[in-house]
Formats: sequence, C-alpha cells, structure tokens
Amino acid sequence: MSLTTNLGTAAGSVRRHTWRPRIANRNRRARVLSFVFMLAAVSAVLLLALLLGVLLLRGWDWIRLDLFTEQYSRNAEDAGLQAAILGSILLVAVSGVMAFIIGVGTALFMEEYAPKGRITDVLQTNISNLAGVPSVVYGLLGLALFVEMLNLGRVLLAGALTMGLLILPIVIIASQEAIRNVPLGLRQAAFGVGATRWQVIHHHVLPAAMPGILTGTILAISRAIGETAPLIVVGASAVVFANPDSFFDQYTAMPMQIYQWAKQPQEEFTQLAAAAIIVLMVILLTMNGLAIYLRERLGKDRW
Amino acid sequence: MATEIPQTPLRAASVTQFKEHVDPEEHERVITISDLNVYYGDFHAVAGVDIDIPENRITAFIGPSGCGKSTVLRCINRMNDLVPTARVEGSITYHGTEINSPKVDPVEVRRRIGMVFQKPNPFPKSIYENVAWGARINGYRGDIDEHVERTLRQAALWDEVKDKLKDSGMALSGGQQQRLCIARALATEPDVILLDEPASALDPISTLKIEELLRELQQNYTIVIVTHNMQQASRVSDRTVFFSLNERRQGVLVECGPTTKIFTNPEDRRTEAYITGRFG
Amino acid sequence: MTMRAAYTSQIQELMDVVVAMASMVDKAIARSIEALRTQNVQLAQQVRKDDQLINDRRWAAEEQAITVIATQAPMAGDLRRIAACMQLYTDLERMGDHASGTAKIVIETADEDLLKPLVDIPRMAEIAREMLGDAVTAFIEQDEDAAWKVAARDEEIDKLYEQIYRELLTYMMADPATINRATHLLWAAHNVERLGDRVTNICERTVFTITGRFEEMDGLPQRAVSQDSSANGTSG
Repeated sequence: MSLTTNLGTAAGSVRRHTWRPRIANRNRRARVLSFVFMLAAVSAVLLLALLLGVLLLRGWDWIRLDLFTEQYSRNAEDAGLQAAILGSILLVAVSGVMAFIIGVGTALFMEEYAPKGRITDVLQTNISNLAGVPSVVYGLLGLALFVEMLNLGRVLLAGALTMGLLILPIVIIASQEAIRNVPLGLRQAAFGVGATRWQVIHHHVLPAAMPGILTGTILAISRAIGETAPLIVVGASAVVFANPDSFFDQYTAMPMQIYQWAKQPQEEFTQLAAAAIIVLMVILLTMNGLAIYLRERLGKDRW
Repeated sequence: MATEIPQTPLRAASVTQFKEHVDPEEHERVITISDLNVYYGDFHAVAGVDIDIPENRITAFIGPSGCGKSTVLRCINRMNDLVPTARVEGSITYHGTEINSPKVDPVEVRRRIGMVFQKPNPFPKSIYENVAWGARINGYRGDIDEHVERTLRQAALWDEVKDKLKDSGMALSGGQQQRLCIARALATEPDVILLDEPASALDPISTLKIEELLRELQQNYTIVIVTHNMQQASRVSDRTVFFSLNERRQGVLVECGPTTKIFTNPEDRRTEAYITGRFG
Repeated sequence: MTMRAAYTSQIQELMDVVVAMASMVDKAIARSIEALRTQNVQLAQQVRKDDQLINDRRWAAEEQAITVIATQAPMAGDLRRIAACMQLYTDLERMGDHASGTAKIVIETADEDLLKPLVDIPRMAEIAREMLGDAVTAFIEQDEDAAWKVAARDEEIDKLYEQIYRELLTYMMADPATINRATHLLWAAHNVERLGDRVTNICERTVFTITGRFEEMDGLPQRAVSQDSSANGTSG
C-alpha cells in the first residue's frame, strides 16, 4: 500500500522503507475491543445491581427498629438481630486485635529481622498457602484447639480466636507488603543518623507502613464478618435468646442468623433474612469505606 | 620527587600559596583504610584499598560507575552491615580505633560519622523533627530548640525555614531538602561527614550552594565526598582519590593525591585518561 | 573508540598554529638578516609589514585557545599543552618583533655604508633559526631530551654576541666616527641574541608540558642531557 496519509509523503529522500500502516483497520479493532471490555464491566455491575435489587425488594419492609432491638423468636414479627449484631461485633473486634498484633509482629519479623534464606522462604510459602485454606478447615482447627484442647467450650472467645486465625494470613501478607513498600532511602537515612533497628522500625518504618497495614486489617475484618462455615463448626449457636454475658457465654453471629432464618419455611423469615443481609452489607460497605478513607487520609500526609 | 625550584622573590610567593593544597600530610589522619576488601556474596567488589583521610579537609572519591567508590564510602560508617550479602575485610580505623571490630557498636560509629545520600531523603516529618530526632535518640541533653537552630544555621538553611519549622520536610525544594539532610547529619555532632553524590540529583544552582556549604563546613568537619562530576571534585576538594576497575572487574584504588596535582599532573596514565575524558 | 575526537583535533589545531607561526617567524628572521647584510630597504619594509600578520595570527590563536578552555574544560596534560601553546604564541610573536626591529635598523641606516661585511651576525641568526626549528619540533613531538639539547645551543649565540660586542667596541674606540653605525649594528646583534633567549623559553615550556614542572634553562648548571629522563616524570 502507499505511504500517503493525510499528512502527505515524507520529505524527499529521507524515506527508505515501505510501510503498510492500515490505520483504519487498527482503529476499528481497537474500538471493538473497548466496547467488549465495557460490556464486561457493565454486566458485572448489572449483576450486582440485580442482587441488590432482589434483596431490597424482599427485605425492605422488614427494616425497622425492631430488627435491632429484638431477639430470637418463632414469630417473624417479634424477631430481631440484636444478639447477632453484638456477637458479630465482639467476634470481629477480638479477632481483629489478635490478628493485628500477631500479624504485624510476624510481618516485622519476616521483613526486618529474619535473615533471608531457606527458613524465611519456607515460612513465606506456608503463610501464602494458609491464606488460601478454606475457612471450614479453620473451623475444624478451632474446634480441636480452642473448644476441646483448651477446654473453652463453645463460647464466644473460642469463636473469636478461630476467626483470628482465619484472617491472620491476610493481615500478615498485607503488612509485609506495606512494610516492603517503605522506601529503602528512609531506612538508610534513619540508620545513618545512628539509630538502632528498633528505633528505625518504631519511628519510621511502622508509621510509614501503617496506612497499608490498617487497610489490610480492615479488609481482613470485613472478610471475617461474613464467614459462616467456621462459626458453625466451632459451635456458634443458631438460636440464642439473649446477648452474651461474657466471652465465655454462648453466642451467635449475623451470618448464622441469616442462615437460620433463610432455612425457615415461612415467607416472612426469608424476607427477614434479606433484611439482615442488607444490614450486613451496609456494615461491610462502611468498613470498606473506612479503609479507603484511612488510606487516603494517612497516605497523603506521608508522602 | 619535587625538583629544587629556584627561589626568586616572585616564585617564593606563588609556591607558598599552593602549599595549603599541595601538602595535607601535615594534617592528622582521622580515618585510615588499610587493605580493604569487600565481597557481595562471592563477588569480589573492592580489592586492596589503602587510603588516609586527613582531618578537616575535603577528600573526593572519583572514578567511573561501578568501581567501588560508594562501597568504600559505606564501609566507613558501616552502612554495609545492612546489606545481608556484604562481607568486609581489612582495617578501617577512626581516630586510631578499629571500626570493624566486633566490640565496636555500629550505632555509635554512625553517630560520629554522618552520611548524606544521593537522593535527598528527609524524614516524612516536620523540618524541626528531621533535625531533632537524631539528636534525641542519641541522648542529647541540652536545649533541643537551640540545637535545631544552631544546626540549621550551620547547614545554611535557617533563614529559609525559620518561620516554618513545623512544615513537612518533604515540602521543600530539592536543594533545600538536601541541605536539610546535611543538617540532619550534623545534628548528632559528628566530626566526619560522608556524602554520596550529594548534588547529582540537583540543579546547577543548588549544586553550587551545596559546594559552598561544604567549603564552610570543612573548617570544622572532615568531609569525604563521592562524586562522578569531575569539575565538582576539582572545585571542592583538597585531596582526590581515583578509583577504577582492574582486569578482573574489581574496584581498585589507582591514584591518591592533592587535588591540584591530580588534575594538573597526575602520576598514573589511567588517571590522566579518565580526567581528560578519554575513558570511562 | 574515539572519545572526544572533536576536542583532540581542537588541541591539534592549536599546536599546528605554533608550527605555522614558527615558519612565519623563521622567514622574517631570514629576510631581516638578508636585508641587513645587503642593505635592502625594500626587503626590510616587507618584513615590517608582514610582522602585522604575525601579530594578528597570535591574537586569533589566543582566542581559539581560550574558547577551547571555556568549552572543553581541559585537565592535566591537555591543560598544560594548551597553556604552553598560549605562551608559545606570545614568545613567537615577540621573536617576530625582534626581526622587525632589525628591519627598522636597516631602514634607518640605509644611507650609511656598512661598517664591515657582516659575518657573525648572519651566523648567529642561522643558529637561532636552527634552534627555532628544533625547538618547535621538540614541542610538537613532546621530546624532552631534544628540548634540553636545543637550550644548550643558546650558549653558542651568547658567545658570538660577546665576540661581536668586543669587535664593535674596538671599532668605536679606534674611530669615534663609527660610533653611530657600530651602535646600530650592536642593536641588530642584540635582537638576534634575544631570539636565542626566546627559543630557550620555548624549550622550557616544552619540558613543562611533558613533566608538569618548570625548570630554568638559563645556561647555568644544566641537567646532563644523557641522564635517563624517565626518572623525572612520565610523559603526558
């Protein structure tokens, strides 16, 4: 094909090779592909909208104050989520704190203290694998370890500890990533001024990594809030009549409650379940929003 | 080696003028490096380096890229300890004390031998904190505010930042950030300052300001500067050390001497080739 | 790999100018002495006119050298070479002035008879011209030994000058009427003797370029030329 384009031919003798730009073809293909990708994105969003729509349709009527104040009841009208909400919050708080402390400590050890070698490689592989283990397995682990071996019984603490184990790998990996992202120059500068390793970590590395660590922790907690299987295995009750008195009391959580309600034959309970799911999703979205907000806020101040 | 230069009155005057630069032997050697060898894993990066660093003078390390000058610099304040694969052999003495001895705490070494890096890297904290932190963690007992002011004045930065000490150090311009890093190094009251290509990331005006600052600091501090800018080395330093690579791609010391000599009449052919731009 | 090829050829050009100026000066010396010997006023005037060319060449060359310094930041051997070239331009230009001075004498004494047929002055000039050629060659080839050898010959010129001086003095003492002409001849001889000193300067610059050291070559205790020169520094 000729070289002539809208811009005319190249000046005189400079042109040496022949070209076949086929610009129109390439542009067309590019446009088609953009359209296809857009369709993919739109369908994903549509599915999500569909899900939300169904939920809202089913559960909207049931979202009222009673949902938050009432406890378990055979009667749909009198049923509420309070124990479940409280249970979830307590579970997540304890597991979050536990995972944070152990997770950040592990990440610091792996990134800052441990000499790079076979040992760290093995540890790293294990941690990555643990992140992918199905949550039911964690339930079994919790059952064996906390409920039976430590003899805690089927209580809130056992559930919380189990969830802590579940989300621990996520926190570790997110923290490692955040710590790794702290620029080498910052560390060198701190060492250069005559600081010990802990001083460097305490005053510079951790503060710089904290946005990433927090984001990772909050996301891990979001995951914990929605897990059902491990809770079932480790003995969360499906039916409680009152809020747990202590960490050594029986307990329930929102996913359990939702599952319980969804199992009921009555139509009202299905709708209640939908309502509960909406509450759960609101909490999840809030937590995600909080994570994003924190990251923006703390991230900007840093760099 | 020097011939007898006939002493006419005119010539006597010009010889004295250069004596300061020609012979830093009179000055005490603060740091003595003997037979330094550095390995990264199995790779022998620096081979058999011997250097004396005179007190209160500026010594420049020059040479092509990858010839070990930064590596040697980092040995002086034991920054290579932070590199897991690095192994340092040989002797480096500081005021007579062996730095590489296991009895010596690298933290103390780094308090007394400060370092400024190539890319300005102030802490993501306030200007005040950047200077104060180092002093504080090393147990400074006096008035920190006064110490910060004094240090910022020494770094020729006080006038520009005295009204915004609480502002972030990262908000300063490149040249100012680098001077802040110099102030940070000065905050622990070292007597030696190491600078690794401190002006290579800066514009020419900031570069000249840094060079002037170094000249002022030289009266009270021993300064070692790594630079790939030969004009900078010839402008700023009293003594120049030229590194290069040998046939086995190891960093070696080729020639070491007063700056005026290295740049007007070097002994070694390789030095001449590098300085005139015919190589490297 | 030709690094800094443009820079290297710039330095070469500066050194070529030294050769060019030296040949202009050589011609001026030859002509001025010929004019003196044959009392050729026209030739003398030509010499005086051509001296302007030498002067112009000197200024142009200096400017060129300064440009190279400003743009290329020369160091070490290159720097010494360029500095030496600049000094050589001055030395050569002054030598041209001496030849021109002799030509002026020819013009001023045109209507006087020669005191005696000139033998020693032309011989002095011959030696000076040989010295100039050898010195410039030594500079271009960076030959330290040759530079010392050339400087040693200045003694021959000095001896000849002393001889001329005594001879002319004898003339003046014998017959005061000859004082005017004798004095003029003495000036001419002095001009040639100065040429020798200038060439010695050139040799000193050459040694400086090679060794980086400035060594006086004023005819007194000289370094023995047979000494191994490598003991005194490397070549640039």
